[in-house]
Amino acid sequence: MPAVKLTVNGKPVTADVDPRTLLVQFLRENLRLTGTHVGCDTSQCGACVVHVNGKAVKSCTLLVLTADGADVRTIESLANGEKLHPMQEAFRENHGLQCGFCTPGMIMTAVDIVHRKGNDLDEKTIREELEGNLCRCTGYHNIVKAIAAGAKAMAS
Amino acid sequence: MNATGIGAAVRRKEDFRFITGKGQYTDDINRPGQTYIHFLRSPHAHAKIEKIDVHAAKAMPGVLAVLTGAELAADKIGNLICGWMIHSKDGSPMKMAPHPAIAHGKACYVGDPVAVVVAETSAQAEDAAEKIAVDYEVLPAVADPAKAQADGAAQIHEVAPHNTIYQWHLGDAKAVDAAVKAANHVTRLHIVNNRLVPNAMEPRAAIGDYDAGNDSFTLWNTTQNPHVARLVISAFVGVAPEHKLRVIAPDVGGGFGSKIFIYSEEVVCLWASKKVGRPVKWVADRAEAFLADAHGRDHVTEAEMAFDADGRITALKAKTIANLGAYMSTFSSSVPTYLYATLLSGQYDIPHIYCEVDAVYTNTAPVDAYRGAGRPEATFVVERLVEVGARELGLDPAELRRKNFIKQFPHQTPVIMAYDAGDYHASLKKALELADHKGFAKRKRDAERQGKLRGMGFSTYIEACGIAPSSAVGSLGAGVGLWESAEVRVNPTGSVEVLTGCHSHGQGHETTFAQLVAERLGIPIENVAVVHGDTDKVQFGMGTYGSRSGAVGMSAIVKALDKVEAKAKKVASHLLEASENDIVFKDGKFTVAGTDKSAAWGDVALHAYIAHKFTGAQLEPGLKEGAFYDPTNFTFPAGCHVCEVEIDPETGIVSIANWTAVDDFGVVINPMIVEGQVHGGIAQGVGQALLENAVYNSDGQLVAGSFMDYTMPRADDLPSFKIDTTVTKCPGNPLGIKGCGEAGAIAAPAAVINAITDAIGSEDLAMPATAQAVWAAIEKRNKGQKAA
Repeated sequence: MPAVKLTVNGKPVTADVDPRTLLVQFLRENLRLTGTHVGCDTSQCGACVVHVNGKAVKSCTLLVLTADGADVRTIESLANGEKLHPMQEAFRENHGLQCGFCTPGMIMTAVDIVHRKGNDLDEKTIREELEGNLCRCTGYHNIVKAIAAGAKAMAS
Repeated sequence: MNATGIGAAVRRKEDFRFITGKGQYTDDINRPGQTYIHFLRSPHAHAKIEKIDVHAAKAMPGVLAVLTGAELAADKIGNLICGWMIHSKDGSPMKMAPHPAIAHGKACYVGDPVAVVVAETSAQAEDAAEKIAVDYEVLPAVADPAKAQADGAAQIHEVAPHNTIYQWHLGDAKAVDAAVKAANHVTRLHIVNNRLVPNAMEPRAAIGDYDAGNDSFTLWNTTQNPHVARLVISAFVGVAPEHKLRVIAPDVGGGFGSKIFIYSEEVVCLWASKKVGRPVKWVADRAEAFLADAHGRDHVTEAEMAFDADGRITALKAKTIANLGAYMSTFSSSVPTYLYATLLSGQYDIPHIYCEVDAVYTNTAPVDAYRGAGRPEATFVVERLVEVGARELGLDPAELRRKNFIKQFPHQTPVIMAYDAGDYHASLKKALELADHKGFAKRKRDAERQGKLRGMGFSTYIEACGIAPSSAVGSLGAGVGLWESAEVRVNPTGSVEVLTGCHSHGQGHETTFAQLVAERLGIPIENVAVVHGDTDKVQFGMGTYGSRSGAVGMSAIVKALDKVEAKAKKVASHLLEASENDIVFKDGKFTVAGTDKSAAWGDVALHAYIAHKFTGAQLEPGLKEGAFYDPTNFTFPAGCHVCEVEIDPETGIVSIANWTAVDDFGVVINPMIVEGQVHGGIAQGVGQALLENAVYNSDGQLVAGSFMDYTMPRADDLPSFKIDTTVTKCPGNPLGIKGCGEAGAIAAPAAVINAITDAIGSEDLAMPATAQAVWAAIEKRNKGQKAA
C-alpha cells in the first residue's frame, strides 16, 4: 500500500493507505476525526468540507494520496481549547444549527467565505456562496444570519 | 420572566459538541472487532429471484458471510410490519403483504435488498457483493399510483388484488352529494401531491452487536424512537426478546419522519452479528438513502368544494389514491387516512365532508410519514380549493376565508376532530399586516413595469399534533399507545437528570426540557441534564414525531415534577420540623409559611438521600419520580402563511420575494428554537412546491436518485422569513403547548402555488413548479387567451 504524509490540524501524519481511500475516510477512519461528515456521494452536500492548504475543499472529492504533503485543517482544530472560533460562537448565538450534521461543513465553508470575501457580507453573497452546502433543518435563515455575524466578529 | 425559564430564547445546551465536531452520530461509533455489511439491492423494480449464486463472493478477500433471504427465513426472522390497522369501507382489513428484511423469491422495488455481504472492511464487502450472481426473471412493473389498480397492471402481491391495500372512507357521502347538488358554485381541482425523499442530512446507519456471553444484542441506530424499534424488532421480527435487546439512538442527524420506521437494515445487522459473532456496521450512502428510505406524499386527488350564494362553504369532497410503495412501512396506512382526511375541514366551518382513499401498492420504495404526514396533503387540498374558489367567485381570498372561519371553540368537525382552541382571525390579520397586504397592488404594478409577474398566496392551515389520546388512536387502528413517559431523578447534590422517551434529532430537547425543569425547581439550567435515546437508560417512550415532544413529552415531565415536588415537601417538613401542609416551595427554596425558617433545594435533595431526619416508616428515602402522560386530545396548531412571488415570464423562474408566517403554537417554551422549526418546515414546503420530485419512470427506476437529479432547496432558493406568533393556549395539556415542528411544511406548498397561480392567472400548474413548468403554464394560458 502506498504511503501518504500530510499535516492534519498542525500534527504530522504518515500512513500506508489503500489507494482508493478518500481524504474524508482517512480523517474519519484512520485519525478518528469524526467531526467531518459524509452526507452524500456526489460532492453536493458539503458536510465534509475541510481546509486544504487554507482553502475549503470537499474531502469526499479528494483521494488522500492527492493530498500528500498538504496542510489539512478540520472542524476539530477551529476552537482554541475551550475558546470557540468567532464563527462557531456565531452559529450557536444565532441558532444556526439544529441536528448538527451539516454544521462542521457549514462552519468550515463560512470561514473560507470570510477569507475570500471579507468581513462585511451581505445576505445575497452569503446565500450564493452557500451553493455547495446543504442543510435540511434550518431553512438557511439562521445560517445566513450566523455567517454575517461571524464574519464581523472575525474582524475584531 | 426567568432568564432561562419558559419563554426565554436560551442558547442551546447541545450546540457545543456539534459546532466543535464532537457530536456522536452512529457512523462515529466503532465497536471492537467491528465488521461491515453491504446490501446488494435489486436493480429491477419487479423481478422473480430465480437463483442466487454466492460462491464467488464468499471466496473474496475479507469476506465473513454472504447471506440471503433464504437463510433469514430458515432462521425464522419475521417480516417487517405496518402497525396501524385500517379497514376498508366493506369492513375488510387492509391487505398487508409479507415484507421480509431480505427479499425472498421476488424483489418488488429498485433497492429491495436481495443479499448481504459481511466483511472485514466496507470496501471488501462492496467488492464481494459485485461477485454475487443473481438470476432474475424481470416482471412488468407499475410505478404510477393512478395506474396501479387498472386491469392488466402488474400484480405485485397475491394478497392484494388490483394492488389495492384498502378502500377507506370517512364522512357522509349522501349529505355531501346533496350539498354539492344544491350549491351555488362548485370548485373542482385535480391535484397531484408530488412524491418526496426526506433526505435528512445524516444517512441512516446501524451497528448490530451480539453479546454471546449474555445472549443479548445492542443496536446503535439512527432512529427517532428507540423503544418502538426495540418493540417491533423483538415482538414482530423476533430477532431477540425485548429484555435482551438494547437500542441506542445517539446523536441523530435529522429525521423528518424517515427515521421513525423499522427498516430491513437494522434487523439484518443484528441478525448478522450473531451469525458472524462480531459487531456488524452499516452506513447508507446517499444513493441507498434515495432508494431505500421511506418516501413521502405521492397522492392523486380529485377534490371539490361547494359554496352557497353567500360564499359559505357547504361541502368538501375528495377522492384520493395514495401510493404506499412496494411494501407497507411501519405507519404508512395511517398517513393518507387518519392523518389526512381528518384535517379536511381546515380552519373552516364546513357542515359536510366526505373523503375516499384508495391505498395502492406500486413497484417503488415504501411511502410513509414525512414531515407533516397527511396534513400537508390535506392542507394543500383545502387551501387550493378555497383560493381557487375565491377567484372563481370573484371574492377576495382573505375575505372568503374570514367568512368561513370557525369562530367558536370547541368545534366538532364532520371528520372526527374536535378543535379545542384557536383564533384564526387573529393570525390572518397579523399576517396580512406583516406581509403588507395593502401595499401589494403597488408592488405588483411596479413589477409589471419591469416585465415581471407578481402574485400573493395564502395558506391558513391547521394541523393535529401530539397524536393521541391512546384510547382514541387505538379505536382508529393504532397498534400502540401514544402517551409519553418521563423520569426526574434528583441527585443528592441537587442536580437533576430528566429521562424522556422522546428523542431529539435537531429539535433542541436538551435545552427546552431543561428550561422547564430549571424554572420549576428553581435551579440553574446547567444543573439539569436531559437523557434520551437509550432503552437501557430510559424507562420507555414513543419517540419524537408528529410535533409531539412538547405537548406530550413535556407534559409527562410536568407530571413527574409534580410528584418530585410533593415528595420534596415531605422531606423538607422533616428537615424544618414543620407540618407538610405548611411547606411552601418557591424559587428553589422551601419555607415554612409564616416563619423565616427555610431550606435550600440542595439541602432537601441531600436529606432525601442521607435520610437522617426521618425513619423509613415515615418516608421512603430518595428523590426520583416517574410519570406516564396520556394526552386528552390532539392539539391543533394553526396559522397563516403568506407567500409573495415574482416571476420572470420569459424564463418561468420564480423567486420568493417575501414570506410571512404567523403561527399559533400555544405557549412557546423557547422562541428561538420555535422560529428555527418554522424556518426549516417552510424550506421543506417550498422545496416540495418549487423543486423536489422523486420521479420514477414507467419501469420503476428512480430517475431522481441523487442530489444531482433531485433538487434540494439551497440557500439561494430561499428568502429570509418574517415570523411571528399569536397565542391561544392549548387547554388540553398542563403547559398549553400545541407543537411547532411540522407547521411550515404543512402550510408552505399551498401558499407558494396560490401565489404563483395568482401571478400567472392560471390554475393549471402542478408541483413542483419548476421554471419549465411555470413557463409552460404561462405559454398555455397565453395560447388559450389568443384562441379565445
